[in-house]
Amino acid sequence: MSVALVLVSHSARLAEGTRDLAEQVAQGAVPIRAVGGAEDGSLGTNAFAILEAIESLDTAGGVLLLVDLGSAVLSAETALEQLAPEKRERVRLADAPFVEGAVAAAVEASVGSELEAVLATAEAARGQGKLG
Amino acid sequence: MGDVILDARGARAWLELLAGTLSEHAGELTALDAAIGDADHGSNMDRGFKAVRQKALNQDGADPAAIFKQTGMALISTVGGAGGPLYGTFFLRMAQAAPGKEQLTVEDLRDMLKAGLEGVVQRGKASPGEKTMVDALGPAVEALDAAIAAGKGGEEALQEAADAAERGARATIPMVARKGRASYLGERSAGHQDPGATSSALLVRTLAQSVG
Repeated sequence: MSVALVLVSHSARLAEGTRDLAEQVAQGAVPIRAVGGAEDGSLGTNAFAILEAIESLDTAGGVLLLVDLGSAVLSAETALEQLAPEKRERVRLADAPFVEGAVAAAVEASVGSELEAVLATAEAARGQGKLG
Repeated sequence: MGDVILDARGARAWLELLAGTLSEHAGELTALDAAIGDADHGSNMDRGFKAVRQKALNQDGADPAAIFKQTGMALISTVGGAGGPLYGTFFLRMAQAAPGKEQLTVEDLRDMLKAGLEGVVQRGKASPGEKTMVDALGPAVEALDAAIAAGKGGEEALQEAADAAERGARATIPMVARKGRASYLGERSAGHQDPGATSSALLVRTLAQSVG
């Protein structure tokens, strides 16, 4: 059972586009959910939509959340607080850049790594320069 | 314990007044947010409290805590910005502080506001002086506590809390933001009143206008 990813952005299009990039490297091996936008479709985040995305996944293999900006963190943490404790312990929130972290996590998860390893890879993406 | 100053009817009246007040001030809150953030606080809060009106204020028979819980849930799902999880958590924690109680005293309200403030501090990881909601809510809770300790009545105590929240909001003007989108501005965030502290001051002022 692969680690699953939940990608949370203020923008539905940014979340979906990032999911497309991550799915390209995961090649079907990793369940990935994109959550973006406020309830009325404007820019924003919605803790209950994040909660639904997590609960739609089989959490046995673990779930890693990646978030874009400030209030996405607050909404993700609010969602985590609403999870049942046994599910909560299988979910991690990554302190990682959104796009690079999602792609790195998808690669790591696709080779069957454990949740903590996928988290570490996502967070290590922060230190990887783009210009070599 | 003091006299009852808020029941379910009062709680609904407060939230109606707050919803109307936030709607009136939406342009001003958004202008404050445009100066140092992402220019959506007023419209976000207005949208959130319109949802509160639809989802939380049309249920008969609920006690104040149940109304506050519904309010928190509505805000979390509809505000969109940081105000959603922050004000949502504020109202959920208020609800947890006096569950099932139909008649609230000023001491109950103090305990609820304190629990709400603690929720905001925990969720936002903000300390006083960082140009946030905490800079209005913190002084309000302190003033309320002091007024109760001095033996003042509920209405007067809440007026003092509202005054302290407004002073606290004004005191954010020279502060440099350390949290949220405004922190990207660094020193340039000084000179503007924080929109979150401003909406928090409106929250406490409308509560003071609704008790008794």
